[in-house]
Amino acid sequence: MNRHRLSGTLPKRSVFRVLLAVCVLAGNSIVLGSCAKAPADDHQLILWTIGREGEAIIKLLPDFERLHPDIHVKVQQLPLTAAHQKLLTAFAGNSTPDLTQLGNTWLPEMVALNALEPLQSQVDHSGVVKRDDYFPSIWSTNIIDGTLYGVPWYVDTRILFYRTDLLKQAGFDKPPQDWVQWRTMLGALSNPTQHRYGILLPTNEYEPLMALALQSPEPLLRDGGRYGNFESAGFKRVLTFYVDTFKLHQAPAITNVEAGNPWSEFGRGVYAFYLSGPWNMGEFRSRLPAAEQGDWSTMPLPGENGPGASVAGGSSLVIFRTSTHKQAAWTLIEYLSQPTVQQRLYDLLGDMPPRRSSWEGASLRDDPKAQAFREQMERMKPTPPVPEWERIATEMQLVAAQAIAGELTIDQATAKLDQRADTILEKRRWMLDHPQRSDAR
Amino acid sequence: MNRQRVAWLFLAPALIVLGLFFLLPVIAALALSLTDYDIYALANIHNLRFVALSNYWLLLQRPLFWSALGHTVYFVAIGVPLSMGTSLGAAMLLNSPLAKMKPFFRTALFAPVVTTVVAMAVIWRYLFNTKYGMANYVLGHFGVHPVDWLGDPHWAMPTIILFAVWKNFGYNMIIFLAGLQAIPIDLYEAARIDGASAWQQFRHITLPMLGPTLLMVSILTVSGYFQLFAEPYVMTEGGPLQSTTSVLYLMYEEGFKWWNLGSASAVAFLLFVMMFAVTALMLRLSKRGEGADA
Amino acid sequence: MSPRMAKALINGLLIGGAVIALFPLLWMLSVSFMQPGEASSLPPPLLPAHATLGNYRELFVHAGMGTYLLNSLLVSTGITVLSLTFNLMAGYAFAKLHFAGRERLFQGLIGALVIPAQVAMLPLFLLLKYIGLVNSYAGVIVPGMATVFGIFLVRQYARGIPDELMEAARIDGAGEWRIFLQIVMPLLKPIMVTLAIFSFLAAWNDFMWPLIVLTGQEHYTLPIGLASLAREHSQDSELMMAGSVVTVLPVLVLFLAMQRYYLEGLLLGSVKG
Repeated sequence: MNRHRLSGTLPKRSVFRVLLAVCVLAGNSIVLGSCAKAPADDHQLILWTIGREGEAIIKLLPDFERLHPDIHVKVQQLPLTAAHQKLLTAFAGNSTPDLTQLGNTWLPEMVALNALEPLQSQVDHSGVVKRDDYFPSIWSTNIIDGTLYGVPWYVDTRILFYRTDLLKQAGFDKPPQDWVQWRTMLGALSNPTQHRYGILLPTNEYEPLMALALQSPEPLLRDGGRYGNFESAGFKRVLTFYVDTFKLHQAPAITNVEAGNPWSEFGRGVYAFYLSGPWNMGEFRSRLPAAEQGDWSTMPLPGENGPGASVAGGSSLVIFRTSTHKQAAWTLIEYLSQPTVQQRLYDLLGDMPPRRSSWEGASLRDDPKAQAFREQMERMKPTPPVPEWERIATEMQLVAAQAIAGELTIDQATAKLDQRADTILEKRRWMLDHPQRSDAR
Repeated sequence: MNRQRVAWLFLAPALIVLGLFFLLPVIAALALSLTDYDIYALANIHNLRFVALSNYWLLLQRPLFWSALGHTVYFVAIGVPLSMGTSLGAAMLLNSPLAKMKPFFRTALFAPVVTTVVAMAVIWRYLFNTKYGMANYVLGHFGVHPVDWLGDPHWAMPTIILFAVWKNFGYNMIIFLAGLQAIPIDLYEAARIDGASAWQQFRHITLPMLGPTLLMVSILTVSGYFQLFAEPYVMTEGGPLQSTTSVLYLMYEEGFKWWNLGSASAVAFLLFVMMFAVTALMLRLSKRGEGADA
Repeated sequence: MSPRMAKALINGLLIGGAVIALFPLLWMLSVSFMQPGEASSLPPPLLPAHATLGNYRELFVHAGMGTYLLNSLLVSTGITVLSLTFNLMAGYAFAKLHFAGRERLFQGLIGALVIPAQVAMLPLFLLLKYIGLVNSYAGVIVPGMATVFGIFLVRQYARGIPDELMEAARIDGAGEWRIFLQIVMPLLKPIMVTLAIFSFLAAWNDFMWPLIVLTGQEHYTLPIGLASLAREHSQDSELMMAGSVVTVLPVLVLFLAMQRYYLEGLLLGSVKG
């Protein structure tokens, strides 16, 4: 079986080399034009990964190719910081891969470009991908205007890392359940004169504020994503809570650049809480000395009144419309969606699986620190499904930073934010109001 | 007649290439900057709207544009004089009759120019690493505390300037060297007989004789330094805290990361206008300077 | 200052300058032979304890450096050959052939030099998208097939050819093509070599345009491949140094071998009319 794969790829590659040489010798633009595209391998599936997942998936693929000897997967790893540009330029240049990993905040954009293949019918016939097994909010980030475009691959939600020993010293036996308790603890644990703070919230990261903002009972955008809704009472309360944390000196007003190495500072007790995501489980486990491993834990986010929601972030697997190997691509998605494979991905990278049955694996089930994520996943909310969201979130953080610096009151900040969001959404409103144009493809 | 046709046939390939792949796109860029070309327009060209000057207007209100402009001007204002000073110094050393092994030194000093920016930027990232970098190690011997060269918003741009000077000074050095060699020796001899010091010789002979070369070189260097892009792309990705985001970096991100081609084209044109204005100003000032001397 | 001290000072400064100029290059070479992780220690080692070719093997076997090298060679050669041909023809025409509007057209071309190339990049991408050349070698080569600088350089040089040579050939009944190929081209050989080196180096080192137009790894040139690797493997300094060596060595060798032509061209190009 393996022999087939080898003979299927190697000679073709050398044919390509010869073609290249011909191109060089000819040195002629017309020939170059025809040499422009590498000859497509009929059995080759091209998969793009973003960031760390590339290294891990290479270890998962041999088993897949053993099961499906007729499919050969070629992985191309995009660095996270270059991924957005590569995806859009590839779309513009008609050179998208067969399938890719895609952050679910980028999914609406790719859908707006009409670049992705709807997947509902494949899911309907699938024995592996079962909607009911997935955490509902992470599944819903893949549905745009009622159509399913992706299958969740892993979840990146935000929770609290905290120092159990420091809380105990301050007289708290249980982690906070709501904002009032949290505020009390932050106050008790902060001592700015000794350079000690309740929590680290880097002022140039929008994710922590966004996680809290999603706890607001009102949506962040209104009228179907036409206008900002930041002047709602709910968001104002969130922003007040967030800004107060800095005003009360329970968090230092510094950026993540100035914060430097948050892990060792957390270890030294500079911060008692740290609002962050799954990858930091691995970081804390590898960076903190063994003696300190018993002193930290994780917990779901406290809400305004009782346990609160957090963001339904993460990556999905999507198939491009232009792919000529959609069936093979779906086969790969099904393979990567198997609970056992998702558990291996967790073991390799710490990526949290999006389906409940994957959490039955021993390494997740028996890990109390991972269980906080499991609990949070039942209480996640998706970000507004508009392509402009990332830009709006960036503005949200810039305005919040001004409020932290005391340049704006809460009312001024939210008004300014709505104004900026409305400017960013202007084109979207126009599109929605001229549907005949946007549908003429 | 026939001779004319032959001439145009010789010109045709180059003119077609330049017209089609340079002139036409430049005109199109101007047109594009008056539209709201974005991902919606990429999906369907019917979603393109004419917006007149609003891209320019919005840009002028964006803090990021002004900070990118500020960083670029910082880079040009410090980098160009430093770079030209280094070039001139090196050229004068090489031109000195006392210098030994001139061909070797000339090649050694010029070598960084022909290297690939990206590869060199990668090297500098390691040389200026906070913990294991050679720069901090050497400075440590002089009692200097480790500097977070590329991670500290205040140091990132100076480090990039240092890199650019190292990478580029050899180019102008060669031009200055040729200029220096063209200055008649007897001018210096006459000055020495008159008792002029080395500084006076430099001030009253070298600089005036190099005048036109200096002007030309500074104009070319300024326009080159305005186009700062690869260095921050590789060394800092525009950070930390966007402290190394240049105008071109902003154009690249606006255009190809967010696909706002309309406003990215406006950025490109503003850069062009600025470069043009600065160059024109330099020419003008130098003319006035000449007038004052005469 | 005594002449002896002046001599020591001048040569000392030159040695210092040469060390600063060359140190990063030599350090790169040395680290590229170190074991993974060796360079990240204190004090920073200058030479590998046990030299290894492992980094280069890793680059070519796993990181696709061979493909990038081949792509760079292909693209740079393509640009060099084509732009040399087109620039020679145009430069010769501007210098020696008579046609209406010659001076004005040339002035126009020189004027275009003030427009930074980046202004054209966004629409150029769209243009190539509609022609279907995005993510292809041609996408990188085609816009570089003629340069104003090259035309200018050839024109300056070709103006030195005596008109009588060509007139004599015309009287003998030679066609314009034969005159160009058999009389003019041999005389232009020095500037051809210079221009070829310039074009090759510029194409090899070019970053922004290939970064934009090449979307797939299979077409990456060395600088693009290296920048992409550097973002993923920022910890592996030894590997990255080996990658830098592969990227820089070809152009450095080319320069050292052809230095005379390169520096002559640099001076010729800087003497603006």
